[in-house]
Amino acid sequence: MSLPPLLDVNGLHVRYPIRKGLFGGVVGHVSAVDGVSLTLNRGETLGLVGESGCGKSTLGRTVIALQKPSAGNVRFRNQDLFALSAAELKQQRRFAQLIFQNPRACFDPRRTVGSSVRMGLDIQELLDPSEREEAVAEIFRKVGLRPEHRFRYPHELSGGQLQRIGIARALILKPSLIVCDEPVSALDVSVQAQILNLLSDLKAEFELALLFVSHNLAVVEYIADRVAVMYYGRIVEMASTHALFSSPRHPYTRALLAAVPTMDIARRDDPVPRLGDPPDPANLPTGCRFRNRCPLAFARCAEAEPLLVTAEDGHGVACWAAESASIDAGPMTAAALNG
Amino acid sequence: MAAGIRSPHTLLDIKGLRTQFGSGRNPVNAVQGIDLQIGAGEILGLVGESGSGKSVLALSILRLIQSPGRIIGGSILFDGKDVLAMSNRELSGWRGRDIGIIFQQPQSCLNPVRRIGWQVAEPLRQQEKLSRKAAWDKAVTLLRSVGIPAPEEKALAYPHQLSGGQAQRVMIAVALALRPRLLIADEPTTALDVTIQAQILELLRDSCRDFGTSLMLVTHDLGVVARLADRVAVMYAGRIVEEGPVAPMLTAPSHPYARGLLDAAPRLGQMGGLRLRDIPGSIPDLSQPMPGCAFAPRCELRANLGLSACLGELPPFIPISEHHAARCWALPQADGIYSTPMTMGTRA
Repeated sequence: MSLPPLLDVNGLHVRYPIRKGLFGGVVGHVSAVDGVSLTLNRGETLGLVGESGCGKSTLGRTVIALQKPSAGNVRFRNQDLFALSAAELKQQRRFAQLIFQNPRACFDPRRTVGSSVRMGLDIQELLDPSEREEAVAEIFRKVGLRPEHRFRYPHELSGGQLQRIGIARALILKPSLIVCDEPVSALDVSVQAQILNLLSDLKAEFELALLFVSHNLAVVEYIADRVAVMYYGRIVEMASTHALFSSPRHPYTRALLAAVPTMDIARRDDPVPRLGDPPDPANLPTGCRFRNRCPLAFARCAEAEPLLVTAEDGHGVACWAAESASIDAGPMTAAALNG
Repeated sequence: MAAGIRSPHTLLDIKGLRTQFGSGRNPVNAVQGIDLQIGAGEILGLVGESGSGKSVLALSILRLIQSPGRIIGGSILFDGKDVLAMSNRELSGWRGRDIGIIFQQPQSCLNPVRRIGWQVAEPLRQQEKLSRKAAWDKAVTLLRSVGIPAPEEKALAYPHQLSGGQAQRVMIAVALALRPRLLIADEPTTALDVTIQAQILELLRDSCRDFGTSLMLVTHDLGVVARLADRVAVMYAGRIVEEGPVAPMLTAPSHPYARGLLDAAPRLGQMGGLRLRDIPGSIPDLSQPMPGCAFAPRCELRANLGLSACLGELPPFIPISEHHAARCWALPQADGIYSTPMTMGTRA
């Protein structure tokens, strides 16, 4: 180990209370993040995939201290984020920024977009006030807009242009980490490609680390260096992008990949994986939380929860069946998945 | 029916359809002269990005366009019957019985205070005049056929007690209750997770095959189209720019926009080190007059070939093969323009 990682997440738990009744009494908890550990190096992109409700957005928000964990810690730039004072945390915030899914919902409609982008500089008191306007113009050029665009209001811009400005707002503080929460999901495919290309250029130019949260596997494969697959609060598989997509080891990852519609019409009638309905997140099965949807489940899966075990090749998987090597590592067909 | 072969019997025949929103000096021309046919038992994929007019076209067919929108021209024939001339009374009988619709957000289309069994039974009661008991029993059968587990109990549930995938199955059961001859599905799986999406698409395909129902599948996702459609029409700025059988449309489309859509989407397992080809620019303002091809300002092919007609005059449909045509001025001189695959340069 030479340099410590930029981001080091250890045993993170985030629990939300379930309230019911007139007085809102707490009747239970949902563990949105249930014991997650991961690291992210400078300049690296980690893709975080999973179905809706699996906790991927909560994890993304917690690692940049927008959400308090119930347990565990997050070290960012060698500091424990949740042990910092408010003033120290504000200093660190500059280095960790967020891009949202719906760019229309995250700009003040009564401000020009230029002043929204500039706000970060004002709050962090970076640069001399006289230089800030020029910095905003410069960052607009960087994300492929004209400097004059900064005098417009959000309703005068298209979704793609607004997402570029969302990126500009994050970038202007020269962060080392950007959490991208479904940044292209609300965009049309032609615009999605523009934004993905822009992000991949910028991450190289600024040595940015990205935590890229998405439900779209093809998009994650395109942008990420490493991928973590989440299932109801846990990371069930984590590996380099190539390894994860070419030889997935967890049955859930395999099912996800087999379910993506292919453009290959020769394969249009291939059977699709049948996973059944997702479980109630407040009431997950004992043992492995995937077992009631898993085609490979056996007795041990009900008894104990498999932990993420990283093999020598760096490929981590949390599955008793994968661990006992009862399945080979080739891509699994949907037919095999259906038993 | 084999992919790409038109059924001899045309169920839906649209000619010159125009739909406009707003009045005054600059109304928005959302649908600007659409000709489209759907054969009996055929699955048509209608593809386009937001603002292309695909949903407005779907709603126009159902006569569900509300003020300030209105259909200002053209004709829609359903099995020879003039839909635009139907009275409200005729329309309410026709909808449900002959034509069904499925929307993107199932939870917002189901009545939150009625049990789902009654929502499936309602069209049966109204149109087939079944008794309460008979309609309920048939609703349970329908819920079973769309894959709702324990349908006898689930029929008693309210919409908020269902997952998104189950709610979409219920919507499909409602839409199919009267075995309509045409089903319009507007982004039916866009709000669903990928594992659920695969199952819903399979359900739609099998239901249509079993009942001989025609399907108009409105979507922005070419993968969804590849899975189901026999024929594909691509819309841009209120017009169809290319139409043809699914195979050539997904492997060798001719219109630069259709080609661009195909190249812009990342594909699983095929991107190693390549850079996506995006389409620069954005969609035009449909309230401004556009004398030429609406895609011309974004079109690299026009720039490369230096064509002058594109901005001045709307290109007609130029045939590529018997059932395949595209609106593009470059086509007559386009032999070999795509001979080098347009797909992707290397990544920086």
